[in-house]
This record gives sequence, C-alpha cells and structure tokens, in this order.
Amino acid sequence: MLDKIKEFASWFFVTGDPLIYGADIAIALTTAAIIFVLTYFKKWKWLWREWLTTVDHKRVGIMYIIASLLMLFRGGVDALLMRTQLAFPDMQFLSPEHYNQVFTTHGVIMILFMAMPLMFGLFNIAVPLQIGARDVAFPFLNSLSFWLFFMGAMLFNMSFVIGGSADAGWLSYPPLSEMTGSPGVGQDFYIWGIQISGIGSLMTGINFIVTIVKMRAPGMTWSKIPMFTWSVLSSCITIIIAFPVLTVTLALLFLDRYLGAHFFTMDGGGNAMMYVNLIWMWGHPEVYIVVLPAFGIYSEIVSTFSKKRLFGYGSMVFAMMSISLMSYFTWLHHFFTMGSGANVNTFFAITTMIIAIPTGVKIFNWLFTMYRGRLTFSTPMLWSIAFIPCFVVGGMTGVMLSVAPADFQFHNSYFLIAHFHQVLIGGVAFGYFAGLYYWWPKMFGFKLNETLGKWAFWIWNIGFYVCFMPQYFVGLDGMTRRVSTYSWDTGWWGLNFTSTIGGFLMGIGFLFQVWQIAHSIKFMEKDTTGDPWNGRTLEWSIPSPAPLYNFATTPQVTERDDWWEEKERIAAGKAPKPQPVLEPIHMPKNSAIPFIQSVCWFAVGFGLVFHWLWIAIPGLLGVGITMLAHSFNYDTDYYIPVDEIIRTEEAARRSV
Amino acid sequence: MAHASHMHSNAAHEAGHDGHHDLEELRKFGFWIFLITDCILFSALFATYLVLKDSTAGGPTGKEIFEMPGVIAETFILLTSSFTSGLAVLAMNAGSRKGLMGWLAVTVLLGACFIGLEITEFVKLVEEGHNISSSAFLSAFFTLVGTHGLHVTLGLFWITALIIQLSRHGITPVTQRKVHITSLYWHFLDAVWIFVFTIVYLMGVM
Repeated sequence: MLDKIKEFASWFFVTGDPLIYGADIAIALTTAAIIFVLTYFKKWKWLWREWLTTVDHKRVGIMYIIASLLMLFRGGVDALLMRTQLAFPDMQFLSPEHYNQVFTTHGVIMILFMAMPLMFGLFNIAVPLQIGARDVAFPFLNSLSFWLFFMGAMLFNMSFVIGGSADAGWLSYPPLSEMTGSPGVGQDFYIWGIQISGIGSLMTGINFIVTIVKMRAPGMTWSKIPMFTWSVLSSCITIIIAFPVLTVTLALLFLDRYLGAHFFTMDGGGNAMMYVNLIWMWGHPEVYIVVLPAFGIYSEIVSTFSKKRLFGYGSMVFAMMSISLMSYFTWLHHFFTMGSGANVNTFFAITTMIIAIPTGVKIFNWLFTMYRGRLTFSTPMLWSIAFIPCFVVGGMTGVMLSVAPADFQFHNSYFLIAHFHQVLIGGVAFGYFAGLYYWWPKMFGFKLNETLGKWAFWIWNIGFYVCFMPQYFVGLDGMTRRVSTYSWDTGWWGLNFTSTIGGFLMGIGFLFQVWQIAHSIKFMEKDTTGDPWNGRTLEWSIPSPAPLYNFATTPQVTERDDWWEEKERIAAGKAPKPQPVLEPIHMPKNSAIPFIQSVCWFAVGFGLVFHWLWIAIPGLLGVGITMLAHSFNYDTDYYIPVDEIIRTEEAARRSV
Repeated sequence: MAHASHMHSNAAHEAGHDGHHDLEELRKFGFWIFLITDCILFSALFATYLVLKDSTAGGPTGKEIFEMPGVIAETFILLTSSFTSGLAVLAMNAGSRKGLMGWLAVTVLLGACFIGLEITEFVKLVEEGHNISSSAFLSAFFTLVGTHGLHVTLGLFWITALIIQLSRHGITPVTQRKVHITSLYWHFLDAVWIFVFTIVYLMGVM
C-alpha cells in the first residue's frame, strides 16, 4: 500500500530537481502564511464578501492587476533562470528538459497570464470611468471573466510542481506537442490553462465592446471618446475575432491527444502546418491586442503631461482601427521559411510592411503633442517617453524581419528574440507600467513614490538595453533560440554574459517597483484632489478612490477632454456645468456564481489533464448547474438610495 | 401588465433617464456580438474541414459513408424547428403565454429529434469502424458536425430552462429578452447547419 502511494506521488509530483523542491517549499509556506493571516485577522468573510464575490469593475480590475504582477514575478524568475543558464558556455545549471519547460512557461505566462490580465485590469479601472458610466455592460460576466482567467492561470502554474510543465514552446507546435512528442501531462495543462482563461478573455472582449458602444455618458459622441477608450475598443474588436480561433486550435490539439484524432499528427492524414496557420491567426493579432491599449495609455499620458490636446485625434483613431484590421493579414510572416511559395510570402511581407505605416503615424502624433507643450516628467510620462525610441528600434527590426528573403537568415535566431522583446517590453510592458502609475491614485487614493519610481525606471531601462541589444548581434552570429547551452568556440560568450547582466538589472528594477509599492502604502502621499495629474478626462472629475457607483450624477459631455475644458471654463470665471438632481442609483448585486463556476471549470481542466473523468464530469455538471442557477435568478440588482449617495459624497469631500 | 412595464422602461430610456440603460437591449446587443464570435469559431472549423477533407489516409471518403436520406430528414426537422421558434416569438408578441410555451416545446422536441438522428448516424459510422481517429478527414468531420450538435444540445437545455421560467414569471421584459436571444441562437444554428449540409454532405457526395 505504502509503495503504491509512493509510486503515485513520484509520478504525480515533479521530483528530482532541487529548484522544484525549493518551489514546493515556497508554495507550501506561502499558502500556510495566507491561511494564517486570513484566519488570525478574521478576514475570510471580508475576502469572500468584498472581493471573491464582487461584481464592481474597479475591484475586478484591482484583482487582475495583483494577479498579473504575481505572474510577472513568476515569468521574470523563469527569464532569470534562462539567462543564468546562458551566462557561461557549457553551464550545468538547468537540464535541457528543465530549460525547455522554463522557456515555454516564460512565454505563456508573460503573454497570457501577465500582459493580458494587466491589460484587462486597466480596462476595468479606466474605461467605465472615462466614458462616464457606472459599470461595465455585464458586471456578472466581468467577474466570471476574471475568475476564469485566474483558474486557468493557476492550472497552468500548477504544472510546475504537479505532473510537469509543457515544454514544446509557447505556441506548442505539433508534432512536438502531440502524444508522440509530449507524452506527459504538461501539454494538457497548457491546453486547459489557456483554454479556460481564453474563454474569459473572449467574454471580456464582448463586455467592453458593448460597454463602449452603448454606455457612454450623454453627449460623448464618437469624436469625443477618450483615446484610451478608443484603443480598448480596437483591441476588443481584435479579441472577439482572434480568440475563437485559439479556442478551436486548442480544442483540436486536445482531440488529437485525448481521442487520437488526426488534425495535426504526422500520420492519419494530419497536417501540422494547419496548426501553425491557425495558431498564428490568433497569435499575430494577439500582439496587437496587447499593444493597442498601450498606445491608448501613451496618448492619454502624453497629452496630460504636455498639457495639450492630443495631436491628430482622427488619424490616431484611424491608425488604431486599421491596425486591428490589418493584423489579420500578417500571420504568415511567422513562418516564411516553411515553404508556402514566393507569392504567398510576398503578400505577407508587404502587408507586414504596410502595418508599420499607421504605427509610424502614431509616433509622430505623440511627438507633435509634446512639441511646444508644457512638459512635466512624472513617472508615467518617463515610461511613455522611453517607449518611443525603444519601439521605433523594435519596429525597424520588425520591418527587417518582414523582408522575406532576409528572414531566411534571421528566422528562429536571437535577432528575433531581441526584436519581439523590444516591441513587447518597450511597447506593452512600459505602457502598462505607465498606465499603472497613472491610474494608481484613482484606484487606491494615493500616489506612488516618485523617487523610487525613477530608480525603477532607470534601472529597468538600462537593464533592458544591456539585455537585448547584444541579442541582435548574437542572433546575427548564428545563435538560435531555445538552445540550452553552447560551447566556448562559438564566440557567443561575451554577448550572452552582457545580456544576462541586463536581465538581472531588469530584475532589480522590478524589486524597486515592489519596494516602491510597499513604501508608498506605508508613507502614502494621499491624493486629496481626485485629480493629482491635472488630468483631462472624466475619471479625474470624481474622488479617489472612486465611490462604488462612480458618478453621483451622470456627466453631460460637451467637449473632447471634457473635464479639462470644464476646468478651463471655471478658471476663466464661467459658471460650472449645472449638476442634475440626485436619483437612486441602479446597481448589480454581488454573486458567488462566477467564483464557484470557475472552480468547476478548474476541476474540468484538472480532470481532463490527468484523464480522471471522476473529477472532470462532476466539474462539468457543476458548470451546468451554476449556469442554470444564474439563469433562474431574477433578483440581481438593487438601488442605492439618494441619502446614501449624499453621505458618501460628503465623506469623500470631507477627506479632501 | 407585463407589457406595460416594458413600455415604461422604454419610455424612461427615451426620456434620457440618466444612465439607467435599458439592460435588456444591452444584453441583446451583447448576444449579437457573441454570435459573431461563434461564427468565427465555426469558420475555423469549416476551414479545417476543407483543408483536411481529402486526407482520408487510405480510409473511406465522404461519398462512401454519407447516407443522404437521414441527413435530408435532419435538415427538414431543423428547418421546421427554426420556423416553430419563429412562431413562438409571434405568439409572445401577441401576448399568448400558452402559445409561446407550446411552440417552444415543439421546437425543443424537433431539436431533440435532430440530435437523435445525428447520434444514430454517428453510432452507425463508429460501428462500421469509421471513428474520429480513423483519418484526418473523419476527425474534421466528427468535430465540425459534432460541435454543431453540441450547440444544438446546449440550446435544448437552454430553451427547456426558459419554458420553466416562463411558467413561473410569465411574459416580462426579462423573459422576452431571453426568448428573443434563444430564438436568435436557434436561427443561427440553423444557418450554420445549411453550411454543414452544403459543404460537408452535398459537396461530399457530389
């Protein structure tokens, strides 16, 4: 009996690597600490009532952001493990198998469980406030989206210590990801972790399209929508078209693995190229999905900190919309070398080059916005300015890669790694950091410490260039991606070593950010105005943090940058806009169903990973039952009475 | 009475009832967008099927295994159920709860017949040794047709749940919206089936 348990445990848990034992201990200690703190301070009820069951978009946003910062840590540790392994030739730090798992999880986590949730967090924080709405269109669905993402992320992360992680690369190309190439459970963790969170992403896309199209404050015509909101709309349109393709692709791969289907296998008539086409039909738009909102953030920040209207509003909107359309005609540039033929390669080379044009237009718009502006260099602005040269270099190397004949040389080399890290870190991570600093006071009512923020900014930036510039050159020297080691005679040591130093600098930059947050919580610089940056859009017209109902009365929009214009009017001695009388506010009730249903989805995924139907089937039943329970519930909302609104508003004003 | 309250919420909305959006309208719009995503899901499956339909790996082609009489019967049944779900909406607009619930029940029955025939077809194929792992063509066939079948099955549960809700709450703005949405969903599945019928079966046997 004991032998059997031992045998099971050594199969079920990942064993034999000191790093993983370390992780086991860390996970056990963290879990114990969380349980202890919650119990000691009697916070379980609070956690359940205020957070786990909330449908308030601001709280959902905060949960997204916390989860994504944790994932940034995990993905960052993966990156540092890789850079340590590559610091010297013939290193014995990570075994090749372990290295494969680390680069796979690094990619998946950074794109899907770090960038996406950070983006959704900022959507949730800013969009309803920017358009003068009380909520998103579907608050229940919003909470469900978050919990699906969270459970998917947990399922994927668990594979590190239970069963073993996926190791076929972040997009898991067959036949490597088929049963023949990856017989373990890692690939199934990959499929279900992404599938479950992907359904959440798709629902968020639908939710925010409806929110933006239908719930704008009266008077906010299409030409008065704040630029971040526009960028969210373009990103969401891309989401609803791209994510169903991902759903299908992963489902087909799962059918191959679970039922022995032959979509992408080498035998039975399967076609592995089909997978590569399908996954990039999602994967290429995906990079635009994450970068478009960052463009919106830069637009807000650059105009706020230049105290000028955004230059070229119309061209900016047009550029974003055309990018979201064109992103569907470029997927094949990810596999120019797969022998699709000259005509196909030419078509996709040209579309890829064309997409640089709207992006260039935007860069000029930001520069012209700054031109003759009264600039102030707070941390959000610093990140936005640092983005511009970084993204231009990354964009130019992208155009180099888009030249199909040249791509035969760069393909699969560190040149490519350097390029996409430059656009994704320079474009996306910098943008979301900027957005996080910018909206932080709106979320929590205090600003983050500027001095520590500047330290973090400079260390991150220097670290970035030290890390990735050498990779262009080591790539041109012939170093391919995904190699776990190299020998002295390749001559790659110096560049790799430099790159590793840069990687660790970025890690130190992240530690500064953690310190900055901890320090600011302790010695907070309270935002008493609700408008600490002298902002332009509606979210700055209400107290910080925003009350549960956001706006006591629905704002009546008359201008683009309405809040800025209102401040100008008042400064010019004109009367402020008349406020409508208070009315009871219609609000959605909290619900436990999103959390419970997501736990059921987790059970479905976990059961299918291990082929344990006795977990998967009850999980699926739970999903069905919770869906019905929600459908049969007609008691989903309530009204906040006027006297309570008055009390809340007065309390907010008193703290001013 | 229920109708009147619906009128009221519309009037309030039109009067610019500050920010209290017409939730039912919002949900209908959201469902239209969901249908776009479902459309893309099916497009990806159709594309996969078209790429793999001749990859039979030495196994049978569609021409050899498709039996048209059953498929044509399925098609007529599903088209009829789409018609009856339309009649349900007409009955609702006329304010007849009985008519509405009756036509929805007929729709569910027809849908169940469709699923029954489809399962029979699948079982027969599997018994003859043609299953999802036989060839890429059959993988794509079972997945595409099965995904549609799964959607129909989901619809059956959904409409049944709605019939129970109608018996409890009657015709209210909420149940009205639900009827509109399920009927939209049902028509959508009908349209997808026309493509399945044409691309899989008709083109398969031609």
